[in-house]
Amino acid sequence: MRAVDPTLAAPRAPTRRRTRHQRARELAPYLFIAPFFVLFFVFGLFPLLFSIYLSLHQWDPTDGLAAMRWVGFENYWFALTDPWFHRSLWNTLWFSVVCGVPQHLVAVPLAYFIHTSFKRGRDAIVGAYFVPYITSSVAIALIFATLFSKDYGVINSVLHAVLGVDPINWLGDAHTTKPAVAFIVFWRFLGWNLVLYLSALQVIDKELYEAAALDGCGRWRQFWHIALPLLRPMMFFAVTLTIIGNLQLFDEPFILVDPESGVSLSVMTTAIFMYRLAFSDGDFGTASAVSWLLFLIIALLTWCNSRLFNRGETRDAA
Amino acid sequence: MARISFALVVIAAALGWIATGAHAQQASQDRHATSTLVVATFPDLDRAAKAASASWARLHPDITLKIVSLQYPDHHTAMTAALATGSGLPDVMAVDFRFIGKFAASGGLEDLAAPPYNGLALRDRFARYSFPQAMNPKGGLAAIPADIGPGTLLYRKDIIERAGVTEADLTRSWESFIEAGKKIRAKTGAYLLANAADIRDIVIRSGLADGDGIYFDANGKVLVQSPRFVKAFELGRAARQAGLDAGAPAWTNEWTTGLRQGRVATQMMGSWLTGHLKNWIAPASSGLWRSTVLPGGINASYGGSFYAIPKQAANKAAAWQFIQLMTTDLQTQVNSLRVLDSFPALLAAQNDPFFDEPIEYLGGQPARRLWREIAAKVPAIAVNKYDSMATDMIRAEFEEVLTEGKPIAKALADAKLLIEHRARR
Repeated sequence: MRAVDPTLAAPRAPTRRRTRHQRARELAPYLFIAPFFVLFFVFGLFPLLFSIYLSLHQWDPTDGLAAMRWVGFENYWFALTDPWFHRSLWNTLWFSVVCGVPQHLVAVPLAYFIHTSFKRGRDAIVGAYFVPYITSSVAIALIFATLFSKDYGVINSVLHAVLGVDPINWLGDAHTTKPAVAFIVFWRFLGWNLVLYLSALQVIDKELYEAAALDGCGRWRQFWHIALPLLRPMMFFAVTLTIIGNLQLFDEPFILVDPESGVSLSVMTTAIFMYRLAFSDGDFGTASAVSWLLFLIIALLTWCNSRLFNRGETRDAA
Repeated sequence: MARISFALVVIAAALGWIATGAHAQQASQDRHATSTLVVATFPDLDRAAKAASASWARLHPDITLKIVSLQYPDHHTAMTAALATGSGLPDVMAVDFRFIGKFAASGGLEDLAAPPYNGLALRDRFARYSFPQAMNPKGGLAAIPADIGPGTLLYRKDIIERAGVTEADLTRSWESFIEAGKKIRAKTGAYLLANAADIRDIVIRSGLADGDGIYFDANGKVLVQSPRFVKAFELGRAARQAGLDAGAPAWTNEWTTGLRQGRVATQMMGSWLTGHLKNWIAPASSGLWRSTVLPGGINASYGGSFYAIPKQAANKAAAWQFIQLMTTDLQTQVNSLRVLDSFPALLAAQNDPFFDEPIEYLGGQPARRLWREIAAKVPAIAVNKYDSMATDMIRAEFEEVLTEGKPIAKALADAKLLIEHRARR
């Protein structure tokens, strides 16, 4: 029964080769996309899922993985009742508004001005505004820390020379730390929003402006009645990015205001609070819970932003 | 086309095999290299380990010493992650004083009080307050101290002389310290101190005896409403209101520049600050600084370094030998003192003739003798795993008192509630 008929076996050999070949061809695409998925699962999906798991446990990492203890939603309750969490939320929302709103209020008209006034050298001007965005936040923070220095900083020297103002401890006094940090964040991200709005302005049909000009519209009315309504989709995109970015603000306040000092509480954002819970207090469970609470807040505000813009569009359409 | 695809699959498989092979080879080498002792440390403490590497090689030629040094915060974050995952743990872990309470309370480090280490037998050979810092409430010993930081008041002799103030004025009491500061500010323009918080950090340690905790008692009760905290806040506020501090937190650019340019007349810190001043903060001020006791007769310690063995360390026997070399060997401790300007935890090293040598940076003052006297008087304060967190709360409330005018009693009551809330488990 097991004997193989050579006459039958001979034509099978190419079929088997073909099958192997076909299998290899079928497997090849999976093999090529495997690196992305492996990296995504290890560094993307797994940490995400693990942080959910972690948020339901009490865990001090120095005790090792075996020390995890199930606490259910206690970490969420703990965070929601913690005065520092409330303070961090207030600081985060403050930064979101004070840094975020002026970014757009300045970037939109500035982009329109650059778009309509500069034909030559426009790229250089936009590039100059964009430089802070691509510069390391650590470098920016260090330079501004020097500029804002109470006794040795240029800003206080100028204020004293021009206005006779006594030295202000910009980064060491809770009254001034927030505005100082907010200014730096505003300055840093203005260029980014400028580029977004400029790119949107460039695709608006020039004939619309020409037609409006023939009808006697000046630059201000062209901006108000043509540019601004047509910028709405880009505004939605840019404002969404600002909301997400500002609610996750970490680098600038963390580097500018010594986290060891008491005054750092005045600029402690929720992201910094989360970091301190994890790496200073060793409470990774609550830190994970805070990260998910922050995610929910970001999602809620993004949804509100979407509703706000959609409602405007619906009203315009009507 | 099909042939090309097949060829690519073969090449990818070959690369994978090569990578796997290389990894296997590396793993094999790692297994073979049980004779490598990995020491994770941070600057400047790493210089002590590097200085001892020759002695180690002589004593243990078969065990290669590998010193891995990261920046101070990165090192402790990396060690926290390593303890959490059980991966990437060194054989010997250096731990700074600020983290020792948390690490000692964790279950990730070997109990050096237990056999085969029996580390508590070494206790009498060390500064009396150093061992309790590394012990957990159950009596376990998480680490052995390498260096300590007896607290001292460093001051600019030239500045106080210009202001007509004496050393006794600075140290007699906290009130006289502040009065002296007013004269210094008025006559020289220099600040008395870099940050009013420095006063707070010392005064909260006043009146402590052996076994007392700073923020918690033995039963975990929060102590931040005690009179020493009230006094600490009052004195700190008085200094700020009189404009005596530069408002510059330690280790910031403002702080180093203030010390370098002679705009700050005094600095309370561990004796090891002298080395930092000499080496990089204010080398040009050599001979102008002096060292004395802390105001108000307080004896306190600032910082200190320890060596521990993770439970999952691969080479525990060699790790213990290394720790003994670094902490109990007289010559190594004295060498560390010379290399780092650190203050040895080992009592025998404190009796080395080197202690009688004048310190040029301090105008020839033989200040190590003074620091030795201070170290002998520092109480053995009990540490708590939440000390670091409580420190953050007190700092934040103190800032509210200074900038928002929050009443001290209310600030301390809020701090107590916050600390109890966080230390709930």
